[in-house]
Amino acid sequence: MSATRAATPPRQHSADEARQAGPPHRGGTLLRHLAVVAVAGLLVFGLSYAVEPFRNFQLATVAAYLCATAGLTVLTGLNGQLSLGHGALMATGAYTVAFGQNAFADRGFTGHWLLPISLAAAVLTTVVVGAVVGVAAARLRGPYLAGVTLAVAVVVPALTVTFDGVFNGEQGLSVPVEPPPLALGAYFPYERWQLWIAAGATLLALLLLANLVRSRYGRTFRAVRDDEVAARLAGIHVARTQVLAFVVSAATAGLGGALLAVLAQSVSPGAFSLTLSLFLLMAVVIGGLGRLAGAVWGAVLLVALPDLSHSVTELLTLSPAAAQRLEGNLPLAIFGVTLIVVMIAAPGGVQGLLSRLGRALLARRPGRRS
Amino acid sequence: MDRFVFLTLDGLSRGAVYAAFALALVLIWRAARVVNFAQGAMAVAAAYVAYGVAAATGSYWLGFLAALAAGLLLGAVVDRALMRHIDHASPLNPVIVALGLVLLIQAVLGMVYGSEFRPAETPFSRGAFSVGGLAVLSPYDLFVFATVGVVVGALAWIFARTAVGLRMRAAAFAPEVSRLLGVNVGGMLTLGWALASAVGALAAMLVIPTELGLHPHAMDLVFVSAFTAAVVGGLDSPPGAVVGGLVVGLLLSYVSGYAGSDLTPLAVLVLLLAVLLVRPGGLFAPVAARRV
Amino acid sequence: MHRTARGGLAIASTIALLVSAAACSGDGGSSPGRGSVPGVTDTEIVVGTHMPLTGPASAGYSKIAPATKAYFDYVNANGGVHGRKITYKIMDDGYNPANTQQVVRQLVLQDKVFAILNGLGTPTHTGVLDFLKSNRVPDLFVASGSRSWDQPDKYPGTFGFNPDYTVEGKILANHVKTALPGKKVCFLGQDDDFGRDSLAGVEKVLGPVAVKQTYVTSNTNVAPQIGAFKAAACEVVILATVPGFTALSIGTAARLGFKPQWMVSNVGADHPTLAKQLGEAAPLLEGMIGTNYLPMQNDTANPWIQLFTKVNKEHNGDAPFDGNTVYGMSVGYLFVQVLLAAGKDLTRESVTEAVSKGGYQGPGLAPLRFSATDHSGYGGQQLSRVSGGTQSYFGPVYETDEADGPVNEYTATPVQPPANGVPTGS
Repeated sequence: MSATRAATPPRQHSADEARQAGPPHRGGTLLRHLAVVAVAGLLVFGLSYAVEPFRNFQLATVAAYLCATAGLTVLTGLNGQLSLGHGALMATGAYTVAFGQNAFADRGFTGHWLLPISLAAAVLTTVVVGAVVGVAAARLRGPYLAGVTLAVAVVVPALTVTFDGVFNGEQGLSVPVEPPPLALGAYFPYERWQLWIAAGATLLALLLLANLVRSRYGRTFRAVRDDEVAARLAGIHVARTQVLAFVVSAATAGLGGALLAVLAQSVSPGAFSLTLSLFLLMAVVIGGLGRLAGAVWGAVLLVALPDLSHSVTELLTLSPAAAQRLEGNLPLAIFGVTLIVVMIAAPGGVQGLLSRLGRALLARRPGRRS
Repeated sequence: MDRFVFLTLDGLSRGAVYAAFALALVLIWRAARVVNFAQGAMAVAAAYVAYGVAAATGSYWLGFLAALAAGLLLGAVVDRALMRHIDHASPLNPVIVALGLVLLIQAVLGMVYGSEFRPAETPFSRGAFSVGGLAVLSPYDLFVFATVGVVVGALAWIFARTAVGLRMRAAAFAPEVSRLLGVNVGGMLTLGWALASAVGALAAMLVIPTELGLHPHAMDLVFVSAFTAAVVGGLDSPPGAVVGGLVVGLLLSYVSGYAGSDLTPLAVLVLLLAVLLVRPGGLFAPVAARRV
Repeated sequence: MHRTARGGLAIASTIALLVSAAACSGDGGSSPGRGSVPGVTDTEIVVGTHMPLTGPASAGYSKIAPATKAYFDYVNANGGVHGRKITYKIMDDGYNPANTQQVVRQLVLQDKVFAILNGLGTPTHTGVLDFLKSNRVPDLFVASGSRSWDQPDKYPGTFGFNPDYTVEGKILANHVKTALPGKKVCFLGQDDDFGRDSLAGVEKVLGPVAVKQTYVTSNTNVAPQIGAFKAAACEVVILATVPGFTALSIGTAARLGFKPQWMVSNVGADHPTLAKQLGEAAPLLEGMIGTNYLPMQNDTANPWIQLFTKVNKEHNGDAPFDGNTVYGMSVGYLFVQVLLAAGKDLTRESVTEAVSKGGYQGPGLAPLRFSATDHSGYGGQQLSRVSGGTQSYFGPVYETDEADGPVNEYTATPVQPPANGVPTGS
């Protein structure tokens, strides 16, 4: 019964993974992941010089969202737990990094090594919060889990208002971040530096996640998702596995939130509303739930789609009266229609669609398949 | 003591609306195993139709009927045009489509009607009767209680006593067997969506006049409260939705009255955890949730 | 297994292609410096703003930026400023600070706007202060009464517009002190800096109020708060509320048979907005005291209202005319004044210097306080009362500061708009 499980991705994924899981040879996997990450890092490095500052900032935002969507993919796609509260976990990371950076600044510490410490603190705090939520979540299924996580998503902004002495209410806190090192030159664009920070942290997180997914733990995650009873028979501690998945997912969400705060140089509750949690979920499903690659598409869409639909709207020339009505609303309508169409046309998300395309191409040229 | 009575009555009258809206969520969950996140937006769309009709005809009651009709139609259309074509292999897919529908409906309403609050009239006075200097319920509150009561009664009767109701239950719980027995499972599903959407529209008609007014986002907050109510009560249980709605209404009223309105989200979380950690399937879960 | 690697590579290279395509489609050759001023050519000045055009917070506010744009179009039709036409880019942020981050960067980094004008909202705009400062973008006339915009040392390019909430609280309280002495005063405020600063102003003049309550926008039931006022038999209730919650509070009180003297912050006191929301219950607004610092939208004898009505007809599709329209056009008028004062050689420095010089007079009733050491906007307000279904001013205009200074009458005579409605160089 689907009521007992939050999410089972389309069956083809399970088949894929069964094939991929294969015999565990970890050294090879690690090397391969390292290679991919290194290539991706080089690409981002090159890109950061090739594109304008605003695109750099957008890419940095994609990287920050990618942390969160990758974590959510592990939780929902691979472990079958639904979370509507990842925005709250991101807020936890964001506020922690704000406290850290402000504490350093108040005490007069300076240096580029401070930021990694604050980011690490953000991840640790979110891990603790995630563990608490995860313990409760492990007892719940489907919509009941959705209800609790939704309540969590609503609580965090409310807490910042209740304890405004600490969190400064809706106005939030500023996050002091050092300018790029002088060694890079006096006119080094700040947005490029931001991209380096965000992409570096995210690639590291992805490397760890990718290895986890391919490891014994990743297999237990999927086993619990596919059939809890069978997993238990196979000697897997179901609740412990679910809590672990939640904690891993929380850690990356916390890092994502912390990166967003660093990019914005500020943090406020309005940025981490329920809407964000729902958009994260939309992103991972549209991207394709079963794979980390889907999370990449999801994060790209989160940033690119509003921008694209805004550009489309700008192309239209309208009378003032019509413009007032369409402005803002038309992009949202386009976004909504896109979600619906993708879901109906490609239920496996963008990544599922690409896999299908890829398979079709490979099938035509069987010789190339090794 | 006066304050307690006041807060209790205030909480019950809001709770009744949450109950109705939660009931709509439960109806769809039972019929299609989908949590309809678009329920709020669909209900608001129906309410806009209702106020259009009421403004054109000058009759609140014609508008009220128009809301129900629009709700029925919208529910059926959403099922036939969208939900029917989604791969239900992952229960998340319909949720995402519903979220997309929320964006689309709210954007279209914003384009057509603008983003201003519009006044929503009530058929009865909202001025409260005074008993010994204490303001108690208003005629409108009584109307809300009566309407929600009628809806609960009518749904109970449909599902327990009519052939259509039995077929709908059968189609939801054992679609394959029902199909073999000649039940039009697809039709029953559409009927379920239409009914649920009409109940949602009705709840919107009841609650919007007590809030900020008609607005594309008018039901966002009500949706969160009603979803909480449905989860507390148990998504498979209509009586659970009613009890859950009243409990959430009372809780919100007491907490804002005695502690401060900023603490209400925290109170809701505590309620959810307290209920679900003891009963993971909600207060009225028909069978204990499967333990593995 | 190779598929993972290949998938990752495919994605990375696709993104690379997409992004570089996007980058090429933009203007690739523009480099900053070399004396050119971003957003300014011989024929055009590009400015941008961020506003909630969608979402729950958009009611009312979504009309401000179009009104400003309409005024700019009017000025453009009359020859522009120093021969330059003003292009106003309006970006929707849905009142979400995360979106504000994106759209303001898009305006500054990609669209290369000259300045950000009238960005709306305290939580939204706070998040971009540092970004605008480090990019030296003039950040003019922020649409919020927070005191954060008045920090000339920390944010030299940021200027406010609205009177701050403390000034407003003091002026409301001053009226209670002089006209309604000895009454029991209670206070309902939004649970953020708006409510807090306003309460601080009230208590500076009146001392502690009898009952204070707060509300959050995510909870639309104010019956518990209003019930507490009723139980305490409050005679005057001061509201620091947004329009929706003003209407909700007054409606709820009527429901409970509670009829105090309402005194409402200018944020939530626009009569057309409230009357529209209350519908048939609009007569409840009778006697409500509000504040404002711009001409009343229904005062058709006022030459400024005549001008703005004309602009609204010609360039704004004759949209419903209310306080937000007046506000938006007043912002536009002030910006054009500033551009004129900054001279023909327009630079970002010259425009902030021009604002700091101060001395601007326009539609506003109260003085604009701009100086080198003061970046706050209007420094006073006048009280209004709803009577016979129309809101009109009464009594003198008051001015005060946000500290412990007295509340004084401001007696300067209001200025008339220029004949063609476009400011001329001073």
